[in-house]
Amino acid sequence: MTEEQITDLKKLALAVRENIVRLSTDGGCFTGASLSCTDLLVYLYSHYLNVNPSNLEDPNRDYLFLSKGHDVPALYSLFAELGFIEPLRLANHLQANDHIYWHPNTHIPGVEFHSGSLGHLPAVAMGVAMDCRIKKQSNKIVVITGDGELNEGSVWESALVAAAYKLDNLIWIVDRNYFQANVATEELIPLDPIHKKFEAFGWNAIDVDGHDFNAMHDTFTSINTNGKPSVIIAHTVRGKGLPSIEKRADRWFCNFTHEEVNALLHELHENKLAELNSETLVVR
Amino acid sequence: MNYEELISEIALADERYIIMTAENRALIRNIPKNPALADRFIDTGITEQTMIGMAAGLALRGRVPIVHALAAFLTMRAYEFIRTDVGIGHLPVKLTGFIPGFLSDGNGPTHQAIEDVSIMRGIPGMQVFAPADEEDMILMLPEIWDSSSPAYTRANLIKPLVAHDKNFRIGKAEVIAEGSTITFLTYGMLFNNVFQAKQVLESQGLSVGLVNMRSLKPVDEEAIIRAVKQSELVVVVEDHFTTGGLYSIVAEVLLKNQLTANVQPLSLTEQWFRPARLSEVLEYEGFTYEKIAARALGILESTASKIQL
Repeated sequence: MTEEQITDLKKLALAVRENIVRLSTDGGCFTGASLSCTDLLVYLYSHYLNVNPSNLEDPNRDYLFLSKGHDVPALYSLFAELGFIEPLRLANHLQANDHIYWHPNTHIPGVEFHSGSLGHLPAVAMGVAMDCRIKKQSNKIVVITGDGELNEGSVWESALVAAAYKLDNLIWIVDRNYFQANVATEELIPLDPIHKKFEAFGWNAIDVDGHDFNAMHDTFTSINTNGKPSVIIAHTVRGKGLPSIEKRADRWFCNFTHEEVNALLHELHENKLAELNSETLVVR
Repeated sequence: MNYEELISEIALADERYIIMTAENRALIRNIPKNPALADRFIDTGITEQTMIGMAAGLALRGRVPIVHALAAFLTMRAYEFIRTDVGIGHLPVKLTGFIPGFLSDGNGPTHQAIEDVSIMRGIPGMQVFAPADEEDMILMLPEIWDSSSPAYTRANLIKPLVAHDKNFRIGKAEVIAEGSTITFLTYGMLFNNVFQAKQVLESQGLSVGLVNMRSLKPVDEEAIIRAVKQSELVVVVEDHFTTGGLYSIVAEVLLKNQLTANVQPLSLTEQWFRPARLSEVLEYEGFTYEKIAARALGILESTASKIQL
């Protein structure tokens, strides 16, 4: 990618992060989890996926399934920037007059399937991938799961079946931020080596820095469709962009005061740490 | 006393208790920090089915596992494990479902446990409880956990409006008031709103009864029969699908006793509720106390006119 393209992606990612921070009040949202997959979503929708507000009905479009549905602030914040939804709709967060709530739903243009219950969408994506293959279409089918989500047994059933059916049009991204709701993943149910686990299940497995646009571009554009599904383990940082909440088990779900939101918006731009006193919440 | 204090006290006094969670620590966040309980705290990660299977194995060895997860994932994702491992084995595994019913507020349909009463009571031997508020829950749980049956409890941290009858017995409802015009049968987090709706209707001169149906299975058949015999209209208020919840329970009890009556539901029919902040959910779905009062009055008037026709 050119320097200019990288600069544009960084600008877009910053705008998305600003939107996420603004959603983290008056009821709050899954701020930490959303910030970890922001750069991934920004890259995928800008340079990799053939999907945009004008081709959402086209059966030849690419599909993205957000299985870690609590990252929806990142998705909607990006959708607002890319014209999928009217940016003003983000202000309807958690109001009964709209459908902007804590998990994705298909009232929002661009959301391919509802999610929120973990470990569902790898299988749903496999159904779509299977039909695309039967119809000899060349769509890319992408599904994003969390790393904590890999606790669920259903994800490993999907991994077995996708390999058995050689679904090489399926790309599974693991947002590897090393945290699940309340704790660090390796302190509870250790997941490493994820790479070797998927390889043993018959997948192509590739590790990438999920905040490095050049690295992501190199990785995604060189995915081998060799009769195996592919998993991209995207190494990310929970809370990325806001050092005051980065890599913290207790800043998964955040409900900040308006003053804290303003301070965090400054922190995004100036790297001046925000002073945070809001109680940390355990919602899962 | 809160839930965490209660569970600590009970588990410290009785080694049979094991505290488990599928990474839902909201009710028990400090338990792992207590060295006296650390080896009886098991977090299986986000694995509801495996947690239930393990709980069954622990119960086989004489333990009483108290297991925690969001109500939707606990009762539905692990359903077959609960029915097969805990239900067929009739093992004393105690399920605590977090954010049941409207309490999942802004999460969306994936997280809405509004069929939990229906599916849990469908398991032979499984007891089902729905306390009216935090105080009601704390006074109910010791007996629930002490029983030899499997049990499912809807967790409820709503602050109490009324002082509850401390003599909780499994299978007994709490009759708050008797009334000749309308009697409300309700449970769980809607109790406070129904209590306030009752006050609104009383201020308009109506005689209004209210029963806290805290034990849904076994259910207090006598309390149901007394309510329909005393009142012109019985309104069942629940944050649950109309199918399979308290409205169905009441219908089953009445039919079994060869009774019919004017019993109407305020519940969710064939639809998930609109996700939003809790206050907005209640407003949108018609379950604020003002709306409960107005809807009950509307039912009273429309059903009365039918009788005149």
